[in-house]
Amino acid sequence: MITQAQRVPRKPRGVQVVAFSLLGTASAAAFLALGVILFYMIREGSGAISWDFLTQFPRKAMTAGGIFPALVGSFYLTIGAIVAALPFALASAIWLSEYSKGGWYVRLIRIGINSLAGVPSIVFGLVGLAFFVKVLGIGVSLLAGALTLALLILPILIRTAEEALQSVPMSFREGALALGATQWHTVRTVVLPAAIPGILTGAVLGISRAVGETAPIMFTAAAFYMTRLPASPFDKVMALPYHVFVMATESPSYWKTKDLQFGTALVLLGLVLTMNLGAVIWRTRARRRKQW
Amino acid sequence: MVKEGAAMGRVVESTREWVQRSFASQAIIETSDLSFYYGDERALHDVTLGIPAEGVTAIMGPSGCGKSTLLRTFNRMYELYPGARTVGHVSFLGQDLLRADVVALRRYIGMVFQRPNPFPKSIFENVAYGPKVHSLVRSSALKDHVEESLRRAALWDEVKDHLKKSAFSLSGGQQQRLCIARALAVQPQVLLMDEPCSALDPRACDRIEETIRNLAQELTVVIVTHNLQQASRVSDCVAVMLDGGELAEFGPTTSVFESPADERVADYLQGRFG
Repeated sequence: MITQAQRVPRKPRGVQVVAFSLLGTASAAAFLALGVILFYMIREGSGAISWDFLTQFPRKAMTAGGIFPALVGSFYLTIGAIVAALPFALASAIWLSEYSKGGWYVRLIRIGINSLAGVPSIVFGLVGLAFFVKVLGIGVSLLAGALTLALLILPILIRTAEEALQSVPMSFREGALALGATQWHTVRTVVLPAAIPGILTGAVLGISRAVGETAPIMFTAAAFYMTRLPASPFDKVMALPYHVFVMATESPSYWKTKDLQFGTALVLLGLVLTMNLGAVIWRTRARRRKQW
Repeated sequence: MVKEGAAMGRVVESTREWVQRSFASQAIIETSDLSFYYGDERALHDVTLGIPAEGVTAIMGPSGCGKSTLLRTFNRMYELYPGARTVGHVSFLGQDLLRADVVALRRYIGMVFQRPNPFPKSIFENVAYGPKVHSLVRSSALKDHVEESLRRAALWDEVKDHLKKSAFSLSGGQQQRLCIARALAVQPQVLLMDEPCSALDPRACDRIEETIRNLAQELTVVIVTHNLQQASRVSDCVAVMLDGGELAEFGPTTSVFESPADERVADYLQGRFG
């Protein structure tokens, strides 16, 4: 029986209100930053965007025309990077998640992967120049740029793939092994299929990272200006981020290209945001579909 | 064969003698002085027993007594856990089980787990998985083989019209019977069951027990359970383990339940601990 005398203490309010509004403001600030960037880019850049802008070559020393070769170049570079990096990433993730037994060697490899993720992108550019372009003698080319970008996104791909494999319940593995499947068969037929959505999400994140990078392709792949599309992997290519950089800093008449710069940057931003959004939707749907 | 086991039990003097006298010759899995360690921790303590080839053998005991560990030595599932090792001897049909090819071994000794663990595949693919691994049947005969396995697990009538549906669309009890069908599909001689009902409601549990009784006509079933009633309902033969991984008593179910030789087992069966 609750008597009249018993009173439930009131919720302590003051401190909570202050704390929660601070936390709320902090997270709003992050969103606001994105909002400001987007708003500014759209305001300045949307005027330049048109069908011709996306499908034409630059003209008049890049003060007019479109960004078609840069768009195609970025596409080639990114596809090349993902094709080169994914098999390696998958193999290392499978080994780390399914086969390695721990110990100093595995710890060392993990430290290596984490450090690789923290290396500044300009360093990748220099390594690409020294190793792919010079030592391997590939020359400044689409191939060298794609391989450099592959190195850059390798740690992201390994980590997301490993997480995806780890999130497959142990009971699936036990079920397959108890039926007499070998470990490799178990990985191939049960674990990997269950991890595919997560792995692909990682791949999309890797792609969106690769497409926006300038420094790694500056010395390894990017061309200042091309009048044709690359004909082979050993050709130089134009790329969106480098195109912005060139127009803003190298062009003798950079003030004339302000609209084009913003337009190009907006296209790049749109590309990255779309891919990230795609990855998020993909992941959400895969999560909803999986029932364990 | 239930009667046979019970008849043997009438003359039990001590567990060990009984095991040696009655079952040594017809045991399908035998352990002798089997100890098991997780790192430094000892989970089994000199366990010696012979699982009779016929009928259902239940392994009982309080939680943490090592009953599940004992079961997992029979198909060497313990090898998945780092730091696990065995000392002693286990044989399957007279052959050294601990040195056998583990892939071949698990083809003959199947396992059903505590929680239903179907693969995220269709019902059909779940059952077909094992036969495909071992190339047991031609692809043309696969359909019949899957049907037969599902019938043996008493699941066919419920799923025959939606074999292509995800295994996760089934209820918990159906999923567990699917896992039984999946294990049966590789035609094992022994089926190990690790508390197969613990995640299920009583009705689903009844159906599993019924399935177990039927399966016992054709293969050896070893079931781990902490449920005394279940052990008495379903098993012909029972092994009681106590804390520290010690096998305290092993014999026909009726005689162990009616007149346990070990006082601690009597206490356990009357619910005084565990």
